[in-house]
This record gives sequence, C-alpha cells and structure tokens, in this order.
Amino acid sequence: MEALLTLLKQNARESDDTLAKMLNTTADDVHARIAALEASGVIRAYQAVVNTDIIADHNDVCAVIELRIRPEREGGFDRIAQRIGRFPQVVSMFLMSGGYDLLLFVTGRNLQEVAGFVSGTLAPIDGVLATATHFMLKTYKDHGVLMTGEDNDQRLTICP
Amino acid sequence: MTNASQSVRDFVAPHVRVLPKSGIRAFFDIVASRKDVISLGIGEPDFQTPWHIRARTIEAIESGATRYTSNLGSPELRQALAAYTERAFHVSYDWTSEIVVTVGVSEAFDIAFRATLSPGDEVLYHEPAFVAYAPLMRTTHAVPVPVATRRADDFRVRVSDLEKKITPRTRALFLNYPNNPTGAALRREDVEALAAFAIRHDLLVYTDEVYAELTYEGDRVSIAAMPGMKDRTIFLNGFSKAWSMTGFRLGYVCAPPALADAMMKIHQYGMMCASSISQAAGLEALRAGDDDIAGMRDSYRQRRNYIVASLNAMGLDCFTPPGAFYVFPSITSTGLSSDEFALRLLNEESVACVPGTAFGACGEGHIRCTYATGMESLKKAMERMSAFVTRLRA
Repeated sequence: MEALLTLLKQNARESDDTLAKMLNTTADDVHARIAALEASGVIRAYQAVVNTDIIADHNDVCAVIELRIRPEREGGFDRIAQRIGRFPQVVSMFLMSGGYDLLLFVTGRNLQEVAGFVSGTLAPIDGVLATATHFMLKTYKDHGVLMTGEDNDQRLTICP
Repeated sequence: MTNASQSVRDFVAPHVRVLPKSGIRAFFDIVASRKDVISLGIGEPDFQTPWHIRARTIEAIESGATRYTSNLGSPELRQALAAYTERAFHVSYDWTSEIVVTVGVSEAFDIAFRATLSPGDEVLYHEPAFVAYAPLMRTTHAVPVPVATRRADDFRVRVSDLEKKITPRTRALFLNYPNNPTGAALRREDVEALAAFAIRHDLLVYTDEVYAELTYEGDRVSIAAMPGMKDRTIFLNGFSKAWSMTGFRLGYVCAPPALADAMMKIHQYGMMCASSISQAAGLEALRAGDDDIAGMRDSYRQRRNYIVASLNAMGLDCFTPPGAFYVFPSITSTGLSSDEFALRLLNEESVACVPGTAFGACGEGHIRCTYATGMESLKKAMERMSAFVTRLRA
C-alpha cells in the first residue's frame, strides 16, 4: 500500500505539512495526492476509532449477524447485498466464504431494537434463508487499535 | 582516622576509580526529577517487541526451556545466526566454532576487549561515540584513542585522520556504523579504504553492527565481508534495536575460531551462557521477524524525514542520517554550548535531548535527538524546540 495511505490509516488527522515532511515531499504534493485518492474512491471516508465501552452514557448494542442468502440468476449475491446494505442499522457487511454468505455488523439503541431489526426486517427479505445473531460484549481491538494496554511508555527517560 | 565510606572507596582499583560516569547518566538525573518532559533522549525503540516473539518466549517458559544452554549459545540459535549473517551481511561464520551468544552486545564488547587487548595497547575509535566503548577498553588497561569525525564528512571516519593517530602500539580499530549518536553510515568506498588501512597496519577490527538493520539508504556493507578482513574482524551485533528487544539482553559476537575461543573462555567463567528464554526469543526473531524489521524501519524512516526537515526549518543544521534512530543537529548557530542548549531546552520547554559532549569532546556544538518516539511526541517536541530557538535568536 502506498506510504501515504498507510499513514492516513494510522492517523487521518495528520496535517499535510507533517505528512509531507514524513514522506520527504511538499505539502502541495500531499494535498494533490489525497485529493486524487478521494476522487478515485480509494479513500471513501475518514472516521475516528472510538472505544464506546468507556463512554458513560453509551448504551448502543452491536451485533454480528451471519446471513445465508439465495443467489440470484443474474447478479449473484450483489443485488440482495446492496439492498441490505442500505439499511442504516447495518454498519459493515462482507461477503464470506464458508458456512454462510454475508457477515453484517449491526447497531441499535438496545437489544430489542436489534432483535426487531433482524426478525422483522432482515429475516423476511425474499432470498434470506437463515440468520444467526451474535451480540458483541466488549471491544478489545478495532481497526488495528488495541483498546486497552500497551500504551504506557515504560522506558527510561534517557538511556544510552 | 578514615570513615567507612572512605575506606570502601580505597578498595576500588585506581583504573576503575578514574573511569568517568556516563555523560548521559548525569543528564538523566536532572530529567528524572522533572514532570511532563518530552524525551528525545531515549536510545531505545518505542515499539513493543513483536507479539509472536513475546509469545514464543512465554512458550519457552511453559515448555520448560529454562536451563543452561551450551556456553556458546543453543545450537539452533547459532545455526540461525550463521544463516542470518550470511544473508544479511554476506559473511559466512561456522556456527560450531565462530559464534558466541552473549548477554547483549554490551557483554560482547566486554569479552572482545578482554580477550584481545593487553595493557598499553592503543585502540583507534571514531568520535562522537557511544559512551561505553572507551571506558570498557580502559578496564583492560588498553588506551582508547579517539579520532574526531566531522559534519562536513557526514560523520564518516576518514582514513587520513586515522593515519595521523597510528603509533607502534596501535593494535585495533573500532567501528560503529550506522552510528550512535550521529546516525552516520559508511559507503562502500569508505569500508574498502578502512579495510585496506587495517591490513596495511595489521590491525584487529571490532565492528559494532547493532544498528545495521536500521539502514535507510545506501549499501549495508560490513567490513567483515571485505576480502581478507574476516580473519582480523570481530563482528558484534544484537537483537535490541532491530527487533525492539532491549530487555531481553541478547547479543552475539562472530570471529575466527581462535578469537571466538578466547572470548568464550571469558564468557563461560563470567556469564556461563545467555538466558535460555531470551535465546528462544532470538531464534523466533531470526526465523520469522523480517517483516517486523521492515515495518519498524519504514516508521523510523518517516519520522527521520520529519525531524530532519523540522530541525533544518528552525535553522539547526542537520544532515539526513542514513541509519540508526538518531539525529545530531548542530546548535552552534544559537551561540550556546551543547550543555547549555540541552539544559535550557529542558528547563524552558521540558524537552530532553542529550548534549553532544556526552559522546566525546568533538560532539560539542551538537545535540543528540532520538526519533524512537511516537509522532505525536515528536511533533510537540519540534514545536517546543522551534519556539525555544526562535526566542534565543530574538
């Protein structure tokens, strides 16, 4: 992967000036390259990686849902996947190999809301053959970021 | 009548009594008393030891690999080291007779000096230099002879300067490239010239390659690989920097059988063997750690680019070092000495750098900053240093 993308994946808020120094180029060049990556759709969005477990008033629940679906004669899994992906409750979705077809990450304000979405919205969709819902209990690592531990620098302040 | 502490001090051998304490240590005592200091003084990788290496270490304990190994080091590790030096440095060592696994590279220096130096032998070494070399040579009653390197040469040691220091007592040459504290590295033509110099004067060469894996540009050429040099070279290396394994204290020394055997004698009486647990970790690093090095090296290279650009932008002349994780900018334009600059920067902006003089007299006019620290800290440190320098010049 291009070094600029690697750096942005680590910290999307890094300034063009800092990125330029790190990559031994100019801020204008960095600006232009980012614009091109955005225009071509390589960069789709910028988001913060948030540890929701430690937000005091955060009660949202997240579920991982396995879906078995029936592929269509023309378009395979794509049309039904597009349809399911439009629901705002679906945060991420992947086509998988193995025992099921689609893997969904779904959020809701509480357990009932997610359960209602699965049983009332997802399951009745024509082409959905089976669902299996797993509720997420705790986040240990997200987007490559560990949520606990290993952050404290325990090195001596000065050493040879 | 003498008091207790006086009588204890009297027992200290005179040549040890006169050894200076590390210049870094003196500065550390000041830094340790301050809070909220951003430290660019840490000569230690900020990355955690890669997880698979830590996991293998735990496994070694769980499987009971907690006993003495061979004095030389476990056969598996020595075989892996022989393969590694071959592929990384293009020099072949026989794992049965030419490799000794040590407790860090520090022990490797110690046994190398003690096995080869006699009282009065002179050893040429280039300055600025890591703080341990000269004192360790002095413990053998040898005479370390510093040879200054210069910014104009990108701190590469010049044969013409070495020639001026040659005497009938000169026995050895010590090299450390990529270099702590300057980050300098040698070019192939430098290494060839140094090899010819060593052969011309029949010198033994010690080469500390601990930063070799952190070479960003140019060839990585070890003098041990030069024609005719293996038989007169002691090659020293360790796991601390490349794989961020400082606490494992694992190093090794490679040398012709007679020299390795002499070093092994001292090692077996002094240390017995390196930690078996650390040896298991080292084996894992050699077998499956190439990607770890590549990832860390990329990060260091980006940080180096950032810190060099930032220092030059604030008017502190700094060449782009091809290796290690230090920069050694000149602070002469501020009118302060190295000690004054470092102390005032610490007092006024809470940024810790090491005065260049900690690494020898010719380090005056410079400070050592390490970029083995996260980008956020690095950015803050550069902002504060820039404010400090601007204020000095106002």
